[in-house]
Amino acid sequence: MKPKDFDIPGADVAWCPGCGNLSILRSLKTALAELKIQPEDLVFVSGIGQAGKLPHYIRGNVFNGLHGRSLSPATGIKAANPELTVIDVSGDGCMYGEGGNHFMHTIRRNPDITNLVHNNMVYGLTKGQASPTSQREFNTPLQVDGVFLESFNPLAVAIALDASFVARAFSGDRKQTIEIFKAAIKHKGYALVDIFQPCVTFNKVNTRSWFREHTYYLEDDHDSADRNLAFQRATETGEYPLGVFYQNPTKTTFEENLNVYYMDKKPLYQRKFDKEKLKRLVETKR
Amino acid sequence: MSIFQKEEDISVVLCGEAGQGIQTVEAILAQAVKQSGYNIFSTKEYMSRVRGGQNSTEIRISSRRVASYVDRIDLLLALSSGAINHLKDRISSETLIMGDPEHIKPFKDNKIIDNVVDSNFIEIPLMETAQEIGGPIFANVIAAGVLSCLLNIPKEIFDGLISDMFARKGSEILEKDLKAGEAGYTIGKDLTESEKGELQLSLQGQSSVRDEILINGTDAVGLGCLAGGCRFISSYPMTPSTPLQNFLASNAHEFELIYEQAEDEIAAINMALGASYAGARSIVATSGSGFALMEEGVGLAGMIETPIVIYIGQRPGPAVGLPTRTSQEDLNLALYSGPGEFPRIIFSPGNLEDAFTLTHKAFDLSEKYQIPVFILSDQYFVDCYYNIPSLPLEDVENENYLIKTTSEYKRYLITHDGITPRGIPGYGDGLVIVDSDEHDEEGHITEDLEIRTQMVDKRLRKMEQIREEAVTPELGGSEDYRSLVMGWGSTYWPIREAVENFNDKYPDQKLGFLHFKQVYPLHSSVADYLEKAEDVIIMENNAQGQLANIIKLETGFEIHEKFLKYNGMPFSVEEVEERIITFMGITNDGTGGCDETMGAGEVLK
Repeated sequence: MKPKDFDIPGADVAWCPGCGNLSILRSLKTALAELKIQPEDLVFVSGIGQAGKLPHYIRGNVFNGLHGRSLSPATGIKAANPELTVIDVSGDGCMYGEGGNHFMHTIRRNPDITNLVHNNMVYGLTKGQASPTSQREFNTPLQVDGVFLESFNPLAVAIALDASFVARAFSGDRKQTIEIFKAAIKHKGYALVDIFQPCVTFNKVNTRSWFREHTYYLEDDHDSADRNLAFQRATETGEYPLGVFYQNPTKTTFEENLNVYYMDKKPLYQRKFDKEKLKRLVETKR
Repeated sequence: MSIFQKEEDISVVLCGEAGQGIQTVEAILAQAVKQSGYNIFSTKEYMSRVRGGQNSTEIRISSRRVASYVDRIDLLLALSSGAINHLKDRISSETLIMGDPEHIKPFKDNKIIDNVVDSNFIEIPLMETAQEIGGPIFANVIAAGVLSCLLNIPKEIFDGLISDMFARKGSEILEKDLKAGEAGYTIGKDLTESEKGELQLSLQGQSSVRDEILINGTDAVGLGCLAGGCRFISSYPMTPSTPLQNFLASNAHEFELIYEQAEDEIAAINMALGASYAGARSIVATSGSGFALMEEGVGLAGMIETPIVIYIGQRPGPAVGLPTRTSQEDLNLALYSGPGEFPRIIFSPGNLEDAFTLTHKAFDLSEKYQIPVFILSDQYFVDCYYNIPSLPLEDVENENYLIKTTSEYKRYLITHDGITPRGIPGYGDGLVIVDSDEHDEEGHITEDLEIRTQMVDKRLRKMEQIREEAVTPELGGSEDYRSLVMGWGSTYWPIREAVENFNDKYPDQKLGFLHFKQVYPLHSSVADYLEKAEDVIIMENNAQGQLANIIKLETGFEIHEKFLKYNGMPFSVEEVEERIITFMGITNDGTGGCDETMGAGEVLK
C-alpha cells in the first residue's frame, strides 16, 4: 500500500498553508500504508476543531461527532465491532478541555483505540483563544492579561492513570512521527499520542522553530516500562522530551473484558435474535 | 361478629422505614397472592434515602384484575412509629390498623385520627416475636406470615417462597426465616379464629391466575428491549431509570449485550451512538436532568441519522426535584430536545403489554427511520407490578435494515422518502461517513447552502411516513361517548378503572376514555375523536397540561378542562372518579348531565 491510497481526490482542505495538521495527515497516511490497513477496516472518529476535520481528508470510515465527545463514540464503535481499527483524531481543546472527563475515563476503560491529539496550544477554529495546554502569559483576545491557569499536562495525567501507551510527537519530524503512529496503532489498548504542532495563524509564540528548539527525543535506552520514570519525564518543562514515554502491554482491553466476546468474537451486528431465549426468560416470571 | 369483612378487592398497605425490609414482604406477598390464584397489583412510594424516613407499599389483592393505585387502605401494617402519621390522610373508619403496640398505641390512646376508634387497631407482637427468633431483622418475614395467613394463602406456597428467597443465605438463616413465617401464621390464626372474629377476608381465587406472569413496568420495557434486539446500553444511574439499567445488565450475558456505566450521561449517549453506527441496536436510560445532559447527543443522532432508543423515567423537576416521586413533566423536554429540526417519535406506554410492544417498536422504528425514538416512563410505572396472561411474544419479528455497502456507497444519498439505506463500517466495500456538520451525500462536511436545504428536506421528509405509521390512541369506556376523558402514559389504569366505575354507576352518561400511547407525532384520528365529543377533560401529572398543548399545536383543538396533579404522587382511582363526577356535572341526588358551562372543547382551525 501507498500513502496515496488514503487520498481523497478533490478534498477541499480547509487548513492554512504551513499548518502542522498537513504534516500530521501525511505522516498518518504513510503509517497506515506501511501497516497495510485497508480504509474499509478503519474508522476515524473526531470531534470539532481544526484537527476534527482530518477524517474528511483521508480515506476511511468516519464518525465526526460532537466537540469533546469523540472518545465516547470511538469506545462504542470498538465495543460493537472489535475487528475495526479505530483512530480518534482530536485537538487540545476538544480532548483536554471539552472532553476532559471522557479523556480520563477512556484511559480507565482502555479500549483498543488510538488517540491522536493535535496540540498547538491554542484554539484555531474559534480564532485564537487559550487552550488547556496554552502556556502561562500567553496573550489572546480573551486572556487579555495573559494565561494564568496551569497548563494541562496530558502525558502526566495519562501516566498517572496507567494509560497503556503514552507518547509525544512533533509534527515537523515526519520520520519519527510515522514510527510513533505505527507503534501506537499496533499497540493493544488505549494509545495516546500528543502531537506538538505549530499554528501558523494564531500562535506566534509556540512556532515551528520554537518546537524545534524546545524538544528532544527520549534516549534510546529509555525504559518505557518504568511508570515512575515515565511520569518524571512527562513533567519535564522547558525542554520537552518526545517519543514513547510509557507502555503497559499487560493490561486487558475494554473489549477483552466484555463478556459478550468471551466465547464468540463476532461483532454485535452479526448476532441473531433468539426468540426462544426470550420465551424462556418470560417463563421465569410465571 | 366480625367488624372487618372484605371481599373481592382488598388494599393492604405496609409502611415502615427504609431498611426495614418492606420490599421483601412485598416480594413474598405478591408471589404468594398470585400463586394462590388471586389477582395482584402492587406499587410503592418511598423517600430518597437508604435508611429511615417513611416508605409504603400498596398491595391490592382482588378476585378481578386490578392494575391501579387506590387511596383506600383496608388493612394497614404499621412497621414504624411514623407509619400511621405518614398515611393519616388515607386512613378511614374502614381501615384496620395492625402493628406492634409501640407503633400504634399512641394513636389509639390519643384518638388522633378522626373516625378511627379502638376497634380499628389490632396490636400484634412483631418485635417481641422477632427477638425470640433471633433479632429484629425477622420482623418483616413475620409480618409477611401474618398477612399471608389472613389472606388464606396456603402455608406450603408461603414456605416455598421463603425457601426460594433465603436458601442462598444458608440453612441457618433459612431455618429462622421459616420459623418467622410460622410465627406470623400463628399470630394470623389467632386473629381470625379469636372469639371476637375480628377479621374475615374472603376472596375468590382462580387457578388460571397462577400461570400468569407477574412483572412490573421496568420488566415490560426491559423484555421489549431484548425483543427489539438491543445489543448495547450505556447509561449513568439515575432514579427511576436505574431499574431498567439493572434489568439489562443482569440479562447481558444471556442475551449477548453490552451494558456500560458511562462516566456521565454525555458519554452515555455518545457511546451508544458509536455502537449504533457500528450496527449494534442501542439504548440509553435516564431521567430528566440526566437527559438534559444528553440533549446535544439527541441533535447528533438527528444529524447523522443514527438510530437510538432513549428511555426517560420521569420524576418531578426542575433540576433534582423529587428524586423518588413520579411525574409526566418531561414530554416537552423530549419533544424539543436537541438543536435544529429533525424527526423523532415519542411513545408513552400505560400498561405492561404496551410497554413491551412499544419498546420493541421503538427499536424497529429507530432503525427503520434512523432517528431517535423516546419511551416516556415514570417512577410510578417502573415499580408497578401486576399479573397479566402473557406477552405477545409470537408477534415479535426483527427486520434487518442494514445493507452491505458497495464501493459507490453514499451514506446520505437523497431518496424520495428521505431514507437512505444504512451501511455500517466493516460490512461491504463502501465507506460509511457520518458528520455532525452539515454534509453532502457522501457524508463529508459542506457549507454549500443548496445541499444544506436538500439535506434538511431529506431528514424531515421521513416525518410523512412516520406520521402515517403513528400508533392510534386507545378508546375505552363508552364507544358512542358524549364526553371524553383523556390521558397518556402511566395514568392509563387509574383513569380506566375510574371511568369503568363511573360507567357502571351511570350507564346513561356515555363517558369515553382516550389514552395516548404515542404522544408525538399524533395519529391523524385524534382530531376526529375530539370533535365527536361534547365535553373533553385531560388528566396529566404535570402543571401545564403538556399533552393538551401538543394536541392544540397538532390539531388546533383546545382542551379547556384539565385535571393536573404534580405533587409527585400518581392519580388514585378515587380522585379521578371524583373529578369525573364533577366534570360530568353529576349532583349529589344522582341526577346527571353535562354542564354546558364547563369548557367544552372547540376546534380552532
